Amino acid sequence: MLNTEPNIAAPDDFYEALLALHQDLSPEQGRQVDARLILLLCNHIGDPAVLRQAMARAREGIVPAGHDATLAARA
Amino acid sequence: MHVDYRSLRFEYRRSPDQSAPQAARHAVVVVGAGPVGLATAIDLAQALEGSGRRVLLLDDDASLSNGSRAICFAKRTLEIFDRLGCGDAMVEKGVTWSRGRVFHREDPVYSFDLLPESGHRRPAFVNLQQYYVEGFLLDRARAMPGIEIRWGNKVAAVEPSEDGVGLTVETPDGAYRIVADYLVAADGARSPIRRALGLESKGRTFRDRFLIADVRMKADFPAERWFWFDPPFHPNQSVLLHSQPDGVWRIDFQLGWDADPVAERDPVRVIPRVRALLGKDADFELEWVSVYTFSCLRMERFRHGRVVFAGDAAHGVSPFGARGANSGVQDAENIAWKLALVLRGAAPDALLDSYDAERVAAADENILNSTRSTDFITPKSEASRAFRDAVLDLARDCAFARRLVNSGRLSLPSTYAASPLNTPDDEVFEGPMVPGAPALDAPLAGGDWLLRHLGGGFVLLHFGEAAPAPPATVPPLRVLAVTAAADAEGLAARRYDARPGTTYLIRPDQHVCARWRRFDPEAVRAALDRATGRGVEGA
Ligand SMILES: Cc1cc2nc3c(=O)[nH]c(=O)nc-3n(C[C@H](O)[C@H](O)[C@H](O)COP(=O)(O)OP(=O)(O)OC[C@H]3O[C@@H](n4cnc5c(N)ncnc54)[C@H](O)[C@@H]3O)c2cc1C
Repeated sequence: MLNTEPNIAAPDDFYEALLALHQDLSPEQGRQVDARLILLLCNHIGDPAVLRQAMARAREGIVPAGHDATLAARA
Repeated sequence: MHVDYRSLRFEYRRSPDQSAPQAARHAVVVVGAGPVGLATAIDLAQALEGSGRRVLLLDDDASLSNGSRAICFAKRTLEIFDRLGCGDAMVEKGVTWSRGRVFHREDPVYSFDLLPESGHRRPAFVNLQQYYVEGFLLDRARAMPGIEIRWGNKVAAVEPSEDGVGLTVETPDGAYRIVADYLVAADGARSPIRRALGLESKGRTFRDRFLIADVRMKADFPAERWFWFDPPFHPNQSVLLHSQPDGVWRIDFQLGWDADPVAERDPVRVIPRVRALLGKDADFELEWVSVYTFSCLRMERFRHGRVVFAGDAAHGVSPFGARGANSGVQDAENIAWKLALVLRGAAPDALLDSYDAERVAAADENILNSTRSTDFITPKSEASRAFRDAVLDLARDCAFARRLVNSGRLSLPSTYAASPLNTPDDEVFEGPMVPGAPALDAPLAGGDWLLRHLGGGFVLLHFGEAAPAPPATVPPLRVLAVTAAADAEGLAARRYDARPGTTYLIRPDQHVCARWRRFDPEAVRAALDRATGRGVEGA
């Protein structure tokens, strides 16, 4: 089960550290750091059910406004 | 003896069918003499031997495959070629390998060994130009009286009906008609037969282009699969290097979607790319160059009445993972024994539906693996690219990330876990030899191998000293008794989780379909009925 109850002892400290992590970064660099962070944390959690719940919550309410660069194939 | 298979030309010869007053009837016609059609024809002819039925193989061309197509042939394919009588030629000529290495920029990030254990007759992979594979298959096919090959015979129209499939075949002498009881369409990715029947193969094209160069040179790279992401000699793109026989190397350069596919084929462009990899003084010759865009797609169903589709005609994948020809050869061996039993009257026509069930599931597995690899190599969005780059960066010092690096998950045979031909286990077994799995090889005493004795017909593989007498059945059963003395290293028993008395029923294509802890003739009979499409449901 994904824990969405408070689990971080010092929330303000954590949030400050998260912002500091991105200090002075361009959007691309910020995305790079986020991607690494997500991968590290996902591996740490490991449990696929928890990961799926977190992914679902993260995507909630977002209506796709872009699209993947794929093409339909028909032969 | 060295044969230049690329220069072979096969003569069109007029057949008596062309002057027959009525369309001649054939038990089974295979269209397409690519690797899949050739393998199908050989397997069918072996299975039909003694029945008086022959296989007619039609091809519109006069030569074997040329140019840079398949090179990596997997262990399972070699085992199938062994059963078809041409495995040795493939392995002797091929470059054997099992290790892959992945580099990011200049650093090694990941390596894998595709066959870390010993006790297998065949290696994880050999690299061998597709024209050799087709050439060795053709040598075998031409030595078989049960196969007639007609070159320069192009299938132009197909009319399926209740009791046969009418074919119109175009030749240099004009068109003629024949009728087939069954038709195997192995006519390649563009499959004119698929089109003629108004059928489609659907899926995804990846927005990328790849330059595939075959280069003849002296080089001291090891016989391994080397894959670079973003190397200094080809920045922002990937490169794949493979060794082939005759001093030829395969180099795949990722070019990106915006590359001009015609201009990129020009040696003026290609040579500097190759030099950047090999060094500016490198001495090499270009053998073949082409530019490809890759797709993953399949037909919704592979069986349409008396017409079955196999190989690229039925499905397509990107080459990362070498799953095209390898999976097509598995299609061939799956359809061959079933069709032969139906033609012999030893199984109902419904058995052919299991080809559809098993090979569509296998195609989905191949497409899934190939799509995942291609999505890693060719990210489809900015987020995909960010995660890909993050994985490669973390892979340097984080073990978990190395397992996410995906430069191709190389071809493995499918286990038909959900097949209607399987009899579910009643007893507890460990290990991978579940019903539906392709039988694993194991060494036997005296330099012999287990797989040599499996396949062809149905085999009862019995572990223990007292071999049981097989029950009388249609089709008949052969018994293979593996005694402790024969299994001197104990690997067969270990791989099959066998104890004295353990009995497996193995299909003609060497897949497991049932197993028990002790031999029971009634259970064997029921499992055989099920494995030949006379399953309990239909009875
Ligand atoms: C760059 C590249 C690399 C690849 N690497 C690998 C790899 O390493 N390993 C792997 O397993 N696969 C690989 N593949 C895929 C592999 O080449 C194909 O999957 C394989 O050739 C399919 O075999 P096939 O017999 O189904 O079709 P094909 O080889 O296309 O043969 C079809 C045959 O049908 C004939 N034909 C067509 N129409 C008619 C007609 N109307 N009448 C009569 N005959 C007809 C054609 O002349 C041809 O001989 C690669 C492909 C590419 C492009």
